[in-house]
Amino acid sequence: MAEHKEETGSVGHIAPAKLYVAIWAILMALTLTTVLVSMVDIGPMNVVVALVIATIKGTLVVLFFMHLRYSPKLTMATVIAAMFWLFLLLSLTMTDYLTRAWSTSPGH
Amino acid sequence: MATAVQTVERENYLNSNYGIKSWLLTTDHKRIAVLYLISITAMFWLGGFFAMMIRLELLTPAGDLVSSDTYNKLFTMHGIIMVFFFLIPAVPAVIGNFVVPLMVGAKDMAFPRVNLLSWYLYMAGAITALTAMVTGGVDTGWTFYTPFSTTYSNTHVIGAAIGIFIAGFSSILTGLNFIVTIHRMRAPGLTWRRLPLFCWSNYAAAIIMVLGTPVIAITLLLVALERAFHIGIFDPRLGGDPILFQHLFWFYSHPAVYLMILPGMGVISEIVACFSRKRVFGYEFVALASIAIAVFGFLVWAHHMFVAGISVYAALVFSLLSYLVAIPSAVKVFNWTATMYKGSISYNTPMLYAFGFIGLFTVGGLTGIFLASLGIDVHVHDTYFVIAHFHYVMVGGGVMAYMAGLHFWWPKMTGKMYPEAWAKLSALLVFVGFNTTFFPQFILGYMGSPRRYHAYPPEFQVLNVLSTAGASILAVGYVLPMIYFLWSLRYGKDAGPNPWNATGLEWMTSSPPPTHNFDETPVVTWEAYDYEHQPQEEITVGH
Repeated sequence: MAEHKEETGSVGHIAPAKLYVAIWAILMALTLTTVLVSMVDIGPMNVVVALVIATIKGTLVVLFFMHLRYSPKLTMATVIAAMFWLFLLLSLTMTDYLTRAWSTSPGH
Repeated sequence: MATAVQTVERENYLNSNYGIKSWLLTTDHKRIAVLYLISITAMFWLGGFFAMMIRLELLTPAGDLVSSDTYNKLFTMHGIIMVFFFLIPAVPAVIGNFVVPLMVGAKDMAFPRVNLLSWYLYMAGAITALTAMVTGGVDTGWTFYTPFSTTYSNTHVIGAAIGIFIAGFSSILTGLNFIVTIHRMRAPGLTWRRLPLFCWSNYAAAIIMVLGTPVIAITLLLVALERAFHIGIFDPRLGGDPILFQHLFWFYSHPAVYLMILPGMGVISEIVACFSRKRVFGYEFVALASIAIAVFGFLVWAHHMFVAGISVYAALVFSLLSYLVAIPSAVKVFNWTATMYKGSISYNTPMLYAFGFIGLFTVGGLTGIFLASLGIDVHVHDTYFVIAHFHYVMVGGGVMAYMAGLHFWWPKMTGKMYPEAWAKLSALLVFVGFNTTFFPQFILGYMGSPRRYHAYPPEFQVLNVLSTAGASILAVGYVLPMIYFLWSLRYGKDAGPNPWNATGLEWMTSSPPPTHNFDETPVVTWEAYDYEHQPQEEITVGH
C-alpha cells in the first residue's frame, strides 16, 4: 500500500497473483453466463441481464485490474463522480422516454 | 533564467526570454494565458463581425442585405465562435490560467505541458471550424439540431462539428489542470476555507468541463457519423430518435452556460470584496453556491425542449428542477449586495463592470425563470425573448465579468495601468449599448417575433432599429479597451505590485510576476478577503 506517492495509480500496489487469477476466472464465468442467457428468450429482461452482468464485470476490472480498490480516496471520488454523472444523464433522459407514451395527446 | 538581463528592470515572465519560439514552446501558465488572450480576442472580433452583419440585416424589415441562406450561416457562425471559441474559454483560459496558480501560491499549473497542449488543441479546433466556415459555412445554428444537421443541411456540418470536438479536449485538459492544481498545489496554510472565491468558481467550472464536455464531443461525433454513414442514432427511419440529440446536446450545453458564468462570478466576488474593502459576505455560502450551480446545472437541460415533443411529465420534472438553480444564483447576488452594504466603495472600472454584471445577470437569470415555466415557455419559445434572455446572461454576465477581470488583473499581467477615464467611459458605453441592443428584444419576443429569420413584419422595425443602434454603441464600447490596453503597454503608468491594495497572493509578487511567480513559497496565515483586519503594510509587502 504505502509505495511511492506519485505512482499510486499504476504500480503502487501489487496484489497476489492468486487474486488476479480469481478475478479472471469470475470474468470468464460471467462472460459464459452472458452467452448462455442470450440463448434463452426472456423478453426485455435479456437486455437487463446482459447490462447487469457487464456492469459487474466492468466494476471488477476497475476495482482490481485498474487498482481502484487500493487508490487514494480522491481517485475513488473522481471515478464515483463520473459514474454518478452518467447515472444523471441516463436516468433523467429516461424520465422522457419512459413517460412519453403516458399522455394521450401528442406534445402539449 | 535567473541571469540579470538589465540592472534596472526586474526579471519577469515577459522579459525572461524573447523570440517566437520562447512563446510557442512555453510552459509558463502566464505566457499560455497571453497566447489564449490573443487568440480569444481574435475570435471575439470575428464573432462580433458576424453579429454586426446580423444587426445590419435586421435594420430593415425586408431581407435586403444578405440572402436567407447567408443569414442562416451568419447566425450559426456567430453562435459557434462566440460560444465554443470565446465564452467557454474566455475567463478560465485567460484570466484563470494567469491568476489561479498565483492565487494558490504555486509556481505553475500542476501539468504545465498539458496546459500548453490545451492551447494547441484550442487552436487546432478553431482552425478546423474556421476552415469549415471559410469553405462554405454551416447553417444549422450553433445547436446542430437533428434531423436538419444529419440529413438535410447541405453545408459543412462535419468540419464544424470536428472543430468543436477538438476544442472540447482543450476544455477538458484545462479543467483537469484546474482541479489538480487546486487540490495539490495550494501554498502551506491555504486551506479550502481560505481559498479565494475565484479559485472555487473555477474549480466548479472545471467539474463541468471534465464531466460534461465528453458528452458534447461524442454527440457531435455521432452527428458526423450519422451524416457520413447513416448509422441510425437520430434518424427515426433507422430506429433512432431526433430528440435524443437534444437530450445529449443540452446535457452538456446547458451546464456550459454555467461554465461560462461561474468563473465570471468568481471574478465579481474578488472585485466586489476589493472595491468595497470588505470580506465577501457569507464566504462559505458563495463558495458552495458555485459547486451547487455546477451540480444543479446538470439537472435542468430539458427546459430547452418543452415544445420539442418530450413527455409532459418529464417537462414538469425539468421545469421544477430548473427553479432550483435560482437558489444558489440568488445566494451569490444577495451576498455580493450584502458585501457592499456599509462597505467603503470606490468606483474604479472593474467595479463599474461588476455593477453592470450584477444588474444584467439578475435580469438574465430572472427571465430564465420565466422560460423555465412551462406555460410562458410555450408562448415565447424560439422568439427574441429567448435571444434577449441568454444574451443578458452570456454577454451581460459572461462578457461583463471577463472585461471586469481583464481590467482588474491587467496591471498584474502587464505591470501597466490602463487610462482610468477612458476605461470608465467604455464601461458606461458597454452598459448603455448592451441594454439598448437587447432590452428591445425582450419586447420583440413577447410580441411574437421569431428568432432566426432575416426578414420580419414592418411593425417590428422601430425596436429592431433601436437594437441595431445599441449594437453600434456596444461595438464602440468594446473597441475602446482594445485601443487603450494596447496603448497602456507602451505609455501606461507603472502599476506596482498591488495597485488596488487588494488581498490575495497574486498581489504579493511583482507586476508582471517573475517566471517562477514567487521568490519564496508564501505561507498563508489569514482568511481570504481579510480587508478589515489585515494591516495595510502586510497587504502591500512584496516588490
